[in-house]
Amino acid sequence: MKMITAVVKPFKLDDVREALAAIGVQGVTVTEVKGFGRQKGHTELYRGAEYVVDFLPKVKLELALSDDMVDSAIEAITSAAQTGKIGDGKIFISDLQDVIRIRTGETGAEAV
Amino acid sequence: MSPEIIEVKYALDTFYFLVTGALVMWMAAGFAMLEAGLVRAKNTTEILTKNVVLYAIACTMYLLMGYTIMYGGSEGGILPDSWFGNGIANATAEEVLASNGDIYYSGASDFFFQVVFVATAMSIVSGAVAERMKLWAFLAFAVVMTGFIYPMQGMWKWGGGFLDAAGFQDFAGSGVVHLCGATAALAGVLLLGPRKGKYTADGRINAIPGSNMPLATIGMFILWLGWFGFNGGSELKVSDIGEANAVADVFVNTNAAACGGLIAALITAHLIFGKADLTMAVNGALAGLVAITAEPLNWGGIGATVIGAIGGVLVVFSVLTIDKLKIDDPVGAISVHGVVGIWGLLAVCFSGNEDATLVGQLTGIGVIFVWVFVTSLIAWGIIKATMGIRVGEQEEYEGVDMSECGIEAYPEFTGSSK
Repeated sequence: MKMITAVVKPFKLDDVREALAAIGVQGVTVTEVKGFGRQKGHTELYRGAEYVVDFLPKVKLELALSDDMVDSAIEAITSAAQTGKIGDGKIFISDLQDVIRIRTGETGAEAV
Repeated sequence: MSPEIIEVKYALDTFYFLVTGALVMWMAAGFAMLEAGLVRAKNTTEILTKNVVLYAIACTMYLLMGYTIMYGGSEGGILPDSWFGNGIANATAEEVLASNGDIYYSGASDFFFQVVFVATAMSIVSGAVAERMKLWAFLAFAVVMTGFIYPMQGMWKWGGGFLDAAGFQDFAGSGVVHLCGATAALAGVLLLGPRKGKYTADGRINAIPGSNMPLATIGMFILWLGWFGFNGGSELKVSDIGEANAVADVFVNTNAAACGGLIAALITAHLIFGKADLTMAVNGALAGLVAITAEPLNWGGIGATVIGAIGGVLVVFSVLTIDKLKIDDPVGAISVHGVVGIWGLLAVCFSGNEDATLVGQLTGIGVIFVWVFVTSLIAWGIIKATMGIRVGEQEEYEGVDMSECGIEAYPEFTGSSK
């Protein structure tokens, strides 16, 4: 099992959710986050004076998947979230030791 | 005139005074919303507290002494005939009828109309000193400002004092109200210093964006509405054809000047910054209103639009210049009411008002500025030396809402949104 953590542009969230639903992903946890990458921050103007926005808003998705779903999920996220411009985000993949469904007590792939 | 006509005219003019006074009172809400929108979320409750309390203090001080200083009599003079009391008195029906129309409104309605102008002048101050001044220091200044500083210079013009005798023209208060408020604010800001983080050690100017543009916008519209009372009511009479026409002209010109100021400020801001800065459009509308206030009658609509538009251009450059001078005015009050107030007073000379002279206008501007600046500086200075005027560094960082009032304006938002 793998844990996929994807950080994407907020306005792409709906597209990503639809793409994941289309390949049969059962659940996603979404968090609004801020941060910086190579895109860095940017400056804004207010009443003629500049101010720097150091951390840009992004959306973080977390998905627990069985191994056979991982490639198609990466493909779905990448194609849905890509704009080709700087700041599209990243996908992190890590091993997932176990999963427990609280309602039934099921564990492992059954619980994903 | 038949007694019935006198009675109807008296009732109508009194009613007009009261309704326009109520419109000016509503400007207190406009200032409160404008300022709440242009400060950060962590300082909102405190700025609202200042706005509601200053209104009450202004009305109380004017009742106790301000009105009698301003209108208690002093023909062409410098000092008032009396200092305390209020002299509110309505004429009896017999007196009104016997005057054959010379007494055409209730004395109490005159007090009501005048008292709300004091509150307006004081409201101007609160925005400029926002986000770092102690609440009680500000309120202490409000007592001095509304009980003494404002009424004195008001008497010099509208009370028939020496500025009036010198030919100074100020129809509804570009000088007496707006320049006065802005000058008191300037003195306060100079003693207070800028908000922490506004200017960096290496000379950079940082923006500190306001928290709520919808509030700033509704604040502008409320002020705009109130201004019809401010300028329209200052015609003082509506009950004959000539006066009714004049009142209608004042409404048209007041509205036109606001529109001119808004459009001009927005275009100016866009040309300079590359973005349509809403806060500048808001300042522009108010600048147009301040500019036309000294003479809202003697223009055609187009002339009023131009006067307002020049005010709108002026306000953008003034905000930028005052920022460069490291005078931190979060809402632009000194630019809108002071710099543009001066423009409005000078513009009277081009309006076709035959009583206006450049010398007379410059005299009025100079006297009001020097009087208000010096007395305010003394008052702020005494308050600074005794109770202090600035909150501590940590209180400023955490927001004066918590340190001064103990109430957050938006408690359901987390700290990170401050």
